[in-house]
Amino acid sequence: MSRVIASLTLAAGLLTSASVSAVEISISCSALGKEYEICKQGVDAWAQKTGNTVKIVSTPNSATERLALYQQLLAAGAGDIDVFQIDVVWTGILADHLQDLTSNGQSVVSQHLPAMVETSRVNGKLMAMPWFADAGLLYYRKDLLDKYKRPVPQTWSDLTETARMIQEGERKEGKGDFWGYVWQGRAYEGLTTVALEWIASYNGGTIVDEKGEVTVENPKAVEALKTAAGWVGTITPEGVLNYTEEEARGVFQAGNAAFMRNWPYAWALAQGADSTIKDKVGIAPLPKGGADGRHAGTLGGQLLAVSKYSKNADAAIDLVMYLTGQEEQKRRAVQGSFNPTLVSLYGDADVAKANPFIGDLADVFANAVARPATVTGQNYNKVSTEFFNAVHQVLSKRAEPAQALNRLDRDLKRIKRSGWQ
Amino acid sequence: MIMSGATIQASAPARETVRGGRSSLTRSRIRAAWIFIAPTLIVLALIAGWPLARTIWFSFTDANLNSLNDYEFIGLENYIANYDGEWLGLLTDTDWWRSVWNTVWFTAISVSIEAVLGTIVALILNASFPGRGIMRAVILIPWAIPTVVSAKMWNWMLHDQFGVINDMLLRLGLIAAPITWTANPDTALWTVVMVDVWKTTPFMALLILAALQMLPGDIYEAAKVDGVHPVRVFFRVTLPLIKPALIVAVIFRALDALRVFDLIYVLTANSRDTMSMSVFARQQLVDFQEVGLGSAASTLIFLIIALLIVITMAAGRVRLGGETR
Repeated sequence: MSRVIASLTLAAGLLTSASVSAVEISISCSALGKEYEICKQGVDAWAQKTGNTVKIVSTPNSATERLALYQQLLAAGAGDIDVFQIDVVWTGILADHLQDLTSNGQSVVSQHLPAMVETSRVNGKLMAMPWFADAGLLYYRKDLLDKYKRPVPQTWSDLTETARMIQEGERKEGKGDFWGYVWQGRAYEGLTTVALEWIASYNGGTIVDEKGEVTVENPKAVEALKTAAGWVGTITPEGVLNYTEEEARGVFQAGNAAFMRNWPYAWALAQGADSTIKDKVGIAPLPKGGADGRHAGTLGGQLLAVSKYSKNADAAIDLVMYLTGQEEQKRRAVQGSFNPTLVSLYGDADVAKANPFIGDLADVFANAVARPATVTGQNYNKVSTEFFNAVHQVLSKRAEPAQALNRLDRDLKRIKRSGWQ
Repeated sequence: MIMSGATIQASAPARETVRGGRSSLTRSRIRAAWIFIAPTLIVLALIAGWPLARTIWFSFTDANLNSLNDYEFIGLENYIANYDGEWLGLLTDTDWWRSVWNTVWFTAISVSIEAVLGTIVALILNASFPGRGIMRAVILIPWAIPTVVSAKMWNWMLHDQFGVINDMLLRLGLIAAPITWTANPDTALWTVVMVDVWKTTPFMALLILAALQMLPGDIYEAAKVDGVHPVRVFFRVTLPLIKPALIVAVIFRALDALRVFDLIYVLTANSRDTMSMSVFARQQLVDFQEVGLGSAASTLIFLIIALLIVITMAAGRVRLGGETR
């Protein structure tokens, strides 16, 4: 008995002595698709290198939920999570609770995609480090375009026509639940990104411009929303009004849609071994609003930030620098098809081998549209909510585009009242 | 409800002694009573009174979730305020009033359906048939599943492309094209009602069943001897007798339904068309970080629910009194 106690004391002593020099860092990684696994491998490598331990905290899949969780934790000044994976539009909202990384990251940040760096800055200070980039893409069925002898659509009217043609053809062949085009139409942040793409592709602006002026009420935006509302019930199932990314992917990956709007993550899954559409998928930039429009994908992606309330800030910052560094970003690009934010990796041979479309993506990211998060700061969530609710009403045919945008313009000006901050 | 009934009964004889001057025994009894209920009152003040008071206080401030300790008193501005000739504030917000209307509509419809279905289920379970014990346990399953889980489950079952419900209806030939239950604003609130009815009818049935089992058997024998039609027996004998229990059950459910959140949030997220009062308050508090405005909404929810319950209780008691006479 006494021997057991002695060995237990010894073991306890060893454990405590080990934890004196090393610290434990908590990181919140998203768990969408393969994300958790890839994140775990990354932090384990850092833990091994430095002798610290890292705990991964799982967070909700829905971005809106995750932000709410972060806000509650940070507003209470809780130091439970040291490193936060944050969305590009949250930097302004969370900035008051984040460590200023300017002195640590200034020297390397110029190697990242400029659009991503822009989202990491608040009032000139670097509050987060870019981790991976995302942008809206058009997924299409290569085999069906070949079958109906149609090119990849360049404008939204091309897409409408091609989708209708394929849908009619496939339905005649007995596929009763086949649809032309699926996307994310639920009243949530995802709809803001999707609708911003439509409006920007018609050169209708970005809801609020860089100077903070509300610009959403304009004829181009009306035209864009009119086009989109016309899809619902014709080439797009009405159910899209409650779809998020995964529901849209469900329909597309089951082989029931010709086109889909989604983020790059869907590529690896659509090409997975159990996918019914493996090797039948292609990706392209989203169509232009018209001959004089532009290809516009909304910029997404994730940043890593360190909590102001972290008890081990130095170790946490070191982890962030490691995870956003060259070696780890390359590994993530090769193994998980996460798009690097380091410009040099777009020319990397290994990355190109794993992701044959990486060259096209570089162009998409270069032309990506940023949501008006920096300029609206703390108010971004309100702006986005007003916007997606207005768009949702147009899509569900409860409001005319012009009328909805007029009301939206008034509501946004009311939120702005005396300025955005 | 039950508690207040007990207090009324207990206080009636006490009042008589007060009229005739307090004896020392009565005084020590009253003291003992206070000592015994003190822990309850203290706990209630801590867990219900303090947060409520704090919420009401916040509703008069411009507090923000981002920096909760740094706020100013702004009076009634969260409720109603005039900015440059334009009336703003919660009381002028059409989204808020829509959420109030949604909640009241949802409560009225779902609780009515549940009361009717619950009574029917209770009557069936009250009859003796083989396997009754198992049946009573089985019927409670929907009530036992956490709301978030059942809401998510229904969400997939109601999915327009791979949902089992649309598939069944299509196969039966009842519909020509899949119905988008949760996406279409016209069907979304009805869908929420349907899932709520599925989930809480067992609760209603259980409370009514308890009342049914207390009923004296001799009345029914008398009715049988007199050859009264069973339907007549139900409306003339059973219903009046179980009415007090039914009203308690309806108030419980109505209280629950008026603060509905999880079901609506999981099924339709922050959509304006189906937003309930609680979803509205949460959106202001958490998503928009407007603790002041959100607290104002929470305070109004508190007042609206209190008002509706007082009305229901008053209506219930008046009718009950009329019948006992």
